[in-house]
Amino acid sequence: MPENLNIKSYETPVKPSWCPGCGNHAIWVALRQALVKMKIKPWEVAFTFGIGCNSNGANFIKGYILHALHGRPLPCAEAIRWTNHKLKAVIAIGGDGDSFGIGLSHFIHACRRNVDVLYLTHDNQIYGLTTGQTSPTSVKGFKSKSTPFGNIEEPINPLALALSNGASFVARGFAGETEHLTSLIINGIKHRGFALIDVFQPCITFNHLNTFAWFRERVYKLEETNYQPTNKKLAWQKSLELGHKIPLGLFYQERKATYFDELPQLKKEALVEKSLKNINLNKALEEYQ
Amino acid sequence: MKENINWKIGGQAGYGIMVTGLMFAKTCLRHGWEVFCYTEYPSLIRGGHNTYQVHAAKDKVNSQKKKIEVLVALDQNTVTKHLLELSAGGVIIFDPEKVKVNLKKNLKVQSLAIPIAKISKEICDSDLMKDTVALGASLALYKADFKILVSVIKDVFKSKSAEIIKQNIEAAKKGYDAVKPNSKIKVLAKLSKIKSASKIIVTGNEAIGLGALAAGCKFYVAYPMTPATALLHFMAKNERAYDLVVKQAEDEIAVINMAIGASFTGVRSMCATSGGGFALMNESFGFSGIAEIPLVLMEGQRTGPATGLPTWTGQGDLLFAINASHGEFLRIVVAPGDVQEAFTAAVSAFNLAEKYQLPVIILTDKYLIESPQSTKIFSTKGIKIDRGQILIQSQLNKIKDFKRYKFTSSGISPRSLPGAKGGEHQANSDDHDEYGFSTEDIKTRNRMMAKRAKKIQNLIKELPDPKIYGNKKASRTVICWGSTKMPVLEALKQNNNFKVVHLQYLCPFPVKFFTKNIINPQKSMIIEGNHTAQLKQLIRQQTGLNISKTLLKYDGRPFYPEEIIEAVKRL
Repeated sequence: MPENLNIKSYETPVKPSWCPGCGNHAIWVALRQALVKMKIKPWEVAFTFGIGCNSNGANFIKGYILHALHGRPLPCAEAIRWTNHKLKAVIAIGGDGDSFGIGLSHFIHACRRNVDVLYLTHDNQIYGLTTGQTSPTSVKGFKSKSTPFGNIEEPINPLALALSNGASFVARGFAGETEHLTSLIINGIKHRGFALIDVFQPCITFNHLNTFAWFRERVYKLEETNYQPTNKKLAWQKSLELGHKIPLGLFYQERKATYFDELPQLKKEALVEKSLKNINLNKALEEYQ
Repeated sequence: MKENINWKIGGQAGYGIMVTGLMFAKTCLRHGWEVFCYTEYPSLIRGGHNTYQVHAAKDKVNSQKKKIEVLVALDQNTVTKHLLELSAGGVIIFDPEKVKVNLKKNLKVQSLAIPIAKISKEICDSDLMKDTVALGASLALYKADFKILVSVIKDVFKSKSAEIIKQNIEAAKKGYDAVKPNSKIKVLAKLSKIKSASKIIVTGNEAIGLGALAAGCKFYVAYPMTPATALLHFMAKNERAYDLVVKQAEDEIAVINMAIGASFTGVRSMCATSGGGFALMNESFGFSGIAEIPLVLMEGQRTGPATGLPTWTGQGDLLFAINASHGEFLRIVVAPGDVQEAFTAAVSAFNLAEKYQLPVIILTDKYLIESPQSTKIFSTKGIKIDRGQILIQSQLNKIKDFKRYKFTSSGISPRSLPGAKGGEHQANSDDHDEYGFSTEDIKTRNRMMAKRAKKIQNLIKELPDPKIYGNKKASRTVICWGSTKMPVLEALKQNNNFKVVHLQYLCPFPVKFFTKNIINPQKSMIIEGNHTAQLKQLIRQQTGLNISKTLLKYDGRPFYPEEIIEAVKRL
């Protein structure tokens, strides 16, 4: 298989059920392209998914997949990484509801832990699978079935949140820029530490505001400017740029110790490789005599 | 009359009551005696009322007693609250400078006044050593070997400076010497040295932690919550020596999902909490059920609902554990009755979780997991680690079309672990087909439900039956579960006119046991720590038997053998 590893190697017999034209299709392509380019085989990667249109993708991609509950892909992914750091990639996938609504706390804690996990958030600024309600990233004034008179809350800023909590790789992709997204994913997997890629993924069925055309008018790539993703203050400024111009690309990257680096018990084998033979309780029993 | 020690120390939180109590217990243990310790404390760090009670005897002790012979009152509150617990001829030890004791004439109690604070001040210029002074005096009353107390002080304060150890020994000595050998004040028991097999003194938390280590638990995750917090401390302390990763997560929802994630990779993982934390975990508990991912979870009950009485005990979560999470799926609920059973149940929990690919709840309570008691030294001898059906690479190589959730006659489908070629699959919280792909197909859904449920057939044969104790011919029967076994067996020591049925494995319910063993519901009593007689409900639901009498308690306190003996008289 390795010699002819290609994008089809990552397919399952189940065909995607997303709406024709949905941004999920492009992310699905970019993710598989990235893995193939990195020569990672399906059994060397673990994916965790939440619940939402994006996470139905658990059925369309081959690998070791933990299709968790709504909001919970991250804690599952973190534990997979701690217990088997030898996997080539651990990728958590969720929507904006999973990531910035019900599972928000997990996201902040994963940032500060710097666990070696790539978090790919499919951010369509709406709840799609439940047929269109306002999400934590919906803009103020956004009208939906749950806010027919307009959303009166400010949206979450995922990138600013990641930056302020110690994430060491903070990026934004766009489902309309597959090649660009592929390269972000490759860098995100290569990055040692927690990597967030928040992906704008227009929901063509329910979000009639943040459409492909709306994004195309606004987005530009940081890589095409002289921006350097090494300065947290600049990254912070860029993360707040959400007006008529919206940056895509790598906002910030920093090399620092991952969770794994800090644990001497993981220096040799992965936790899953530890022998369970000849366990001796004497040391633990010492203080109870 | 057998010699018994029933000693209690009380004072404000922050006085060091817990350490002093443990030192008293260890001193008894090192004289060859058996001990049972019971502690009470409020949910605050300083100023509240703490007590530590030690029941010791030359033979097995199963619980604390209501009546005590020695009360050490480090503050006035202890006198007010506990003086009447002293039995006739009992001794109250106090510092007349700090505490007033007015003994009414009808109260046959001896008072032993010792200048505790003054002695402490001479040693360390503060009253910091007062509990150690009182400890020395207490052990002098029981004529303990002072050298043994010194060895205990040295061990317990091992991590402290040589100066602190020296001061404590001096404080203990001065307290010890304050009780003259010819003193008129006497207690019945003499803490004489006896020969007995080496023992340890552990709480249920420690017993479960030791069981987890012995079973090869390599990932432990928790969020602090009384009374399960000490298990987190135990695992964290042993993290490096036993090559495991211990994680304190952001909340209980993260906790259970981390435990599931770790188990998915093939690591033996465990989490623990109390009722409130388990309530938060409930949704994900079902994920373990539907995705058939092994999970070991300790639920240490405290008094609910909501915050309830956070540092007190209870057995109010039995039906909650059995019915936890929405939807229907198989789980095991085991409620060990003492520290030995807690150790064994922990080891078995890992084996059962992996063998049957399901969640296992070790249902304990504050009383079991925070009460230190003596037991024979836990050993890994004879412990078998059964990892269930995990396909290794060479086995996967022979399988062309791997189905993680293959329909099998046992309901158990061999699993594969991340990294193994050909074993890729989806462990899915949606219901799924044999591969793990989401499906809403009627036939597949029904077959998959049946497959998961079918595991009960072999499982029920493997689980130990309830145990019968006491006078097997007696018509009077006491039925209990979990930690209530301890005071019930203590009551049995004094009054052997009843038999005891103790249920440890409660889910799946041991229906057959109740058909094999004739239990007269008119002559039976259920004793449990809740308001709605949950075991009574369960027995009636599962067997049709309606046990007529109950002794229930939901005030946060454990049962005392004295009240059990009284209750049995009603049968």
